[in-house]
Amino acid sequence: MATEQQPYRKPLPELHPEIAPYYTGGLRAELMIKFCPNCNISFHYPRTVCPECLKSDTVWRRASGKGTVYSYTITYQNLSPGFREEVPYVLALVDLAEGVRVMTNIIDCDPKDVSVGMPVEVTWERAEELAIPKFRPQKS
Amino acid sequence: MSVRGVAAVVGIHEYESRFDPQASELSIEAESARRALDDAGLEKSDVDALYSHHGWNLAEYMNMFPDVIDTTQMGGGSYEFFAAHAAAAIAAGQCEVALVTYGSTGRSGGRAVERNPIRGRVPALPDGFEEPYGPTTLGRYALVARRHMHEFGTTSEQLAAISVSTRKHASTNPFAVFRDPITVDDVLNSRMVSDPLHLLDCCIVSDGGGAFIITSAARAKDLKKKPVYILGTGQAVAHPGIGNRDLTTIAAGQSHKHAFEEAGVTHKDIDLLMAYDSFTITVLTTIENLGFVKKGEGGAFVETGALDLDGKLPTNTDGGGLSSNHPGQRGIFLIFESVRQLRGEREGNQLKDPKLALAHGTGGSLSTRHSGGTIILSTEV
Repeated sequence: MATEQQPYRKPLPELHPEIAPYYTGGLRAELMIKFCPNCNISFHYPRTVCPECLKSDTVWRRASGKGTVYSYTITYQNLSPGFREEVPYVLALVDLAEGVRVMTNIIDCDPKDVSVGMPVEVTWERAEELAIPKFRPQKS
Repeated sequence: MSVRGVAAVVGIHEYESRFDPQASELSIEAESARRALDDAGLEKSDVDALYSHHGWNLAEYMNMFPDVIDTTQMGGGSYEFFAAHAAAAIAAGQCEVALVTYGSTGRSGGRAVERNPIRGRVPALPDGFEEPYGPTTLGRYALVARRHMHEFGTTSEQLAAISVSTRKHASTNPFAVFRDPITVDDVLNSRMVSDPLHLLDCCIVSDGGGAFIITSAARAKDLKKKPVYILGTGQAVAHPGIGNRDLTTIAAGQSHKHAFEEAGVTHKDIDLLMAYDSFTITVLTTIENLGFVKKGEGGAFVETGALDLDGKLPTNTDGGGLSSNHPGQRGIFLIFESVRQLRGEREGNQLKDPKLALAHGTGGSLSTRHSGGTIILSTEV
C-alpha cells in the first residue's frame, strides 16, 4: 500500500455511511462494491437504494479487484493542489470483473505504458483515515 | 401537445465584448435584454416571462415581476432547455413574451477551470467518486475521445479538422477571439493538455452573454424582424447509470428524436448545425448522436471539410467556442447564430437561403453527467 506524504492535499470524500466501505475497505485490502440481491446486479457508485428496483436491502460485496482499462487520459495540466505536483497522471475508467466501471487513477507505471484493455488490479493510497482505491498493471 | 410552430424567436442580442472587466453578469444580461427587445421592436413592459440562471436577482436588477420564471440549470445546454420551456409555456397560455438571458464574466473574473483548491471534503455523491482522482473538465472529455479512438479508429487529425473548419468560420466574425487561420498541424503541434486532447482541441475562456426573445407565432408576425419559428424541441440527460454507460453515446442520441419528430423534418433538410463545441470531441459525438452520420463515421466525415460553409453540413458558422467565445455556457450562442443565418443577417459568412437550423446544446461533462437540448428552428411553419 502506497503511503502519501502528509498532509494529503487532493480532495477527499465525506465519509457518509452510504459510501464508507468503498473508502475504508482498503484498510483490510478489500475492494467493496454494492450488490442488489433482488436484481442480481452489482452497481457503482454505491447507493443504499438499488438504482433498478429502488429497494433498500442492498449489500456490500468484496470484489476481485481485477479489471481492464475502459478508457484513460494522461493529464498534463491541473493547477489544483495535490494534482499539480503529480502531473502527468493517468485518469482512467476501469471495468471491474464484477461488471461495473469505476473512475480511478492508474499508478505504479509510466503513463505512456497505459492502454485501453490493459489488465489492472486494485491497490490503495492512504489518505487520512481513508484508503483510496487505485489501479496498477496486473503482475503477470 | 406539440409546440411545433407555436412560438418564434423574434429578437436577439449577442454581447460583443469577450473581455469586459467593467461588466457584471447582471449588467451583461440587462443590457443584452434591452438590445434584444430593440431588435424585436418590443418593450420591457411586454415581457411576462423570464428565463435566466440569475432568476429573482435579475428580476430585481431589471425591476421586473414576470408571471413565469425558470432557472433550469442544465449547464451550457440550459438555453435550449429554456427555449423549449418558453415555447411550451406560450403554447399553454401561461405567458406571451419570454426573455432568455445569459451573462458571464468567466474571463475577467478569473474563473478559469481547475485552479481553485477544493476546501474541506467533497460531497459523497457523486463528487466523492470522481474528485479524488483529479478529473479536470478536459479530462472528462478526453476519456470520451480516447474511447472513440479505440472503438472506431478516430484520429487526432480528424478531431483537428473540426478546429480548422471552426477557425475558418471565425475568421469572418469581427468579434471572435481567434481569427487567424490554422492547420491540422497547428492543432497537433499545440500543447497536449489531457491526452489525446491538445490545446487547440479546447474552447477558449471569455466573458460574454446575450439575450433572446420568444413570443407567440401570432404576435411574431407584427414585429420588426422576420420570425424564426421553433419547430421541434428535445431534452435529455445522460450519466454513468449503474456503472456501465457507453461513453460514445451522449444525450443528443435521445433528445434529437423528439425534436425531429415534432418538427416533422429529416436530417437532409437541415441547412445549418450549431453544435456545442466545448471540445472537438463534443462536436464529433454530437454529429454522430444526432444521427447526421452513423456512430464511428464522424471522423471521416469532418475530415472532408463537411463543416465548412460550402460543406455537407455547415457547422458553427460563428466560429464556435473553439474560436469565437466561450464564457462557460455557450448554448445561447447556438440560438443567436441560427437566427442570424435564418434571417440572412450573417454578413461575411452567410449561407445561401437557409430554411432550417438545428441547435444542440451540451451541458455538464460528457463522460459523467451531461445534458442535451435540441432545438430545430425554421424560417417558416
